[in-house]
Amino acid sequence: MAYTVPKEAYNGKINQVEVGRNQHKLILGGEETLPFLSFEGKAVSTVPLALEIQDINPTEDWAPSLTEIYGSVMDNPAEWARMCQDEFKADMICLRLAGTHPDNGDRSPQEAGKIVEAVLSAIKVPLIILGSNHVEKDAAVIKHVAEVAANTGSIIGKAQEKNYKTFAAVATAYGHKLVALSDLDINLSKQLNILLTQSGFDSKNIIIDAMSSTLGYGLEYTYSVMERIRLSALQQNDAMMQMPMICDIGEVTWKVKETKATEQDQPAWGAVRPRGILWEVLTALSFLMAGGNLVVFRHPEALSRVRSILAELMATA
Amino acid sequence: MGLTGIQIFKYLPKTNCGDCKFPTCLAFAMRLAAAQVRLDACPHVSEEAKKVLTEVSAPPIRLVKLGVGDRTIELGDETVLFRHEKKFNHPSALALLIADNLTDQEIEQKIQQVNNSVMERVGQRLRVELICLQERSADPARFAQVAKKIVASSEAGLILSSFKPEMIKAALAETAARNPLIYAATEENYSQMTALAKEYKLPLAVFSDKGLEALSSLAEKVAAEGVEDLVLDSGARSSGRMLSDLTQIRRAAIKKKFKPLGYPTIIFPGEGGGDALMEAARAGIGIMKYASLIVLNSIEKEMLLPLYTLRQNIFTDPQQPMQVAENLYKVGEPNQDSPLLITTNFSLTYFIVLGEIENSKVPSWLLVADSEGLSVLTAWAADKFNAPKIAKLVKKQNVEEIVKHRKLIIPGYVSILSGEIEEELPGWKVLVGPREAVNIPKYLRDMTSSAAL
Repeated sequence: MAYTVPKEAYNGKINQVEVGRNQHKLILGGEETLPFLSFEGKAVSTVPLALEIQDINPTEDWAPSLTEIYGSVMDNPAEWARMCQDEFKADMICLRLAGTHPDNGDRSPQEAGKIVEAVLSAIKVPLIILGSNHVEKDAAVIKHVAEVAANTGSIIGKAQEKNYKTFAAVATAYGHKLVALSDLDINLSKQLNILLTQSGFDSKNIIIDAMSSTLGYGLEYTYSVMERIRLSALQQNDAMMQMPMICDIGEVTWKVKETKATEQDQPAWGAVRPRGILWEVLTALSFLMAGGNLVVFRHPEALSRVRSILAELMATA
Repeated sequence: MGLTGIQIFKYLPKTNCGDCKFPTCLAFAMRLAAAQVRLDACPHVSEEAKKVLTEVSAPPIRLVKLGVGDRTIELGDETVLFRHEKKFNHPSALALLIADNLTDQEIEQKIQQVNNSVMERVGQRLRVELICLQERSADPARFAQVAKKIVASSEAGLILSSFKPEMIKAALAETAARNPLIYAATEENYSQMTALAKEYKLPLAVFSDKGLEALSSLAEKVAAEGVEDLVLDSGARSSGRMLSDLTQIRRAAIKKKFKPLGYPTIIFPGEGGGDALMEAARAGIGIMKYASLIVLNSIEKEMLLPLYTLRQNIFTDPQQPMQVAENLYKVGEPNQDSPLLITTNFSLTYFIVLGEIENSKVPSWLLVADSEGLSVLTAWAADKFNAPKIAKLVKKQNVEEIVKHRKLIIPGYVSILSGEIEEELPGWKVLVGPREAVNIPKYLRDMTSSAAL
């Protein structure tokens, strides 16, 4: 019985989105197959890996495995960004404006704007600017910081159902790409993309955030929602599902006890450092296998490990 | 290959008795054609029909069993490509590789590592299921001696790995009763390996790294000689080849009903180079994408916990949320004055609430109600998390003897239940906690500092 390669014929492809400025632009998406299946067509060939930094020093909240790496640079977002770019070779920097949250410093849009400006002048790689996940405050902050970052081709977010109009308006006005976040449901995700498009926003500038979870804490939900989004993009040629997907995993990963508990506290779990790194690596790989196009890490070694695996996945056999 | 529903129908009793749980024989025939049911669901089918239909009703990926008794490991028998379509049936089994040229002491340590690999998570006992004994000594006596030692000191499943039939033969005399997997038949040795597998009635791995065409034709030759419990190794050792080969094998079997590749698969993620973390990362891809058997060079605890957790996540039934047992759980070392919180038994809800209580560093009691795996709001809407149920649970778990106070913290989203619970539980006061788990630490800390309890 002769073997024939079981290729799938797809009708659709993933939007190709260019981000960044000058000679340091990067491409997201553009693939025409399920992840890394180059035997059946044009597979994804670039998956930028970002490191997360914050506008205020998060030492209190962040796991020791992270703070021991970044140390005092966490006081200075621009220095921190430079370290991630130069030392840890991040393809992008993701600045989370955690300090603008009303319960976490309540910084003004202007204060946030100064930090965005400082970070932009410290780095060449593309920037992702995220709010503090407070729908009203994020809308107020983004209006200003998007202007500060005008024409840098940054990614801003996260637009949600309750504040997408503001995000869409400033992303269009200042030339940014937009992260659209919905609550872990393929229909909600599609709905938000439709709303954005109907408001006049160019769907080619949207990046889907299906809502990342971490290993052991709902990973299978995100995994399956993302797989279904990819399948409807490729098989059904659904234009409202063909955006590249971002995987914002550092925040959720470094919160759970499996990445933080020391071996003294949990002898059965083994050494905390490699355990935490592998936790972030496997979370990233899961979402890449499900169709992710951009990953935001917190641990630089998790990033470099995933980069090595990506090289294997993209090597032509 | 394969018959249509109508063709199958001709072989069925046509009595529409319904014993197969389908209304008509035709309905059953259609399901058989789609490989969604098994022929043995029909108790009345004739022997002759059975013979003809066994082929079409066989699962697209053969079920292969290794090991014995309650440590039997089932591989294969998968019917879909994506977990949202239907539950993946058999979680990837993990094995530790032990080379026979290690010292006796090193071998003993590795065996104990496998025996001690059990961890518990969400009520499941997770472990490394097998030992893969690899022949490097070129000495049949040594190989057999170590194999015998493994069987004597562990109940784990066994893989006997050597391309030399005389090695396998030597080890089988002592270990065949464990129902080991023979690894592997190759283009060069397959007639001898097949003869051994036949003689001892054992499953056999088939190895060819010359592409899937070569692998499938080798599997076909082995099957033609009468050994059908096969496991496939395409020789892929890096992530890219692994993903590509395993995807093609799974698709060919399920979508094209291509029988020569309709078997479970085996991978060796450590053979692609790099350290234990790289090995674990490749193993993770194997868990996600279709590896049935994963042989590891190292199984340190910090690598195992993430891999076990991933395996649990990927192989969860998407239609049936993971649940934790209804119980009164201790968080930290609570005493009779510690706060008491209640939530539902959807494992994700439980884990998130548990994690946030731990983050608060306030020792507490967490009462988990059986909501059939629904989250708080959904359970409330479906009337699976209501005042009478909560009151009954408080009594059932003897909460009134365990805590001295009479204050119950309920999730903010079901604040509406507070009055009703107080009616059902005379003497109790209901406190409305935060809506989102992330606000629990602040809530508990504020509460204990203001001595509300």
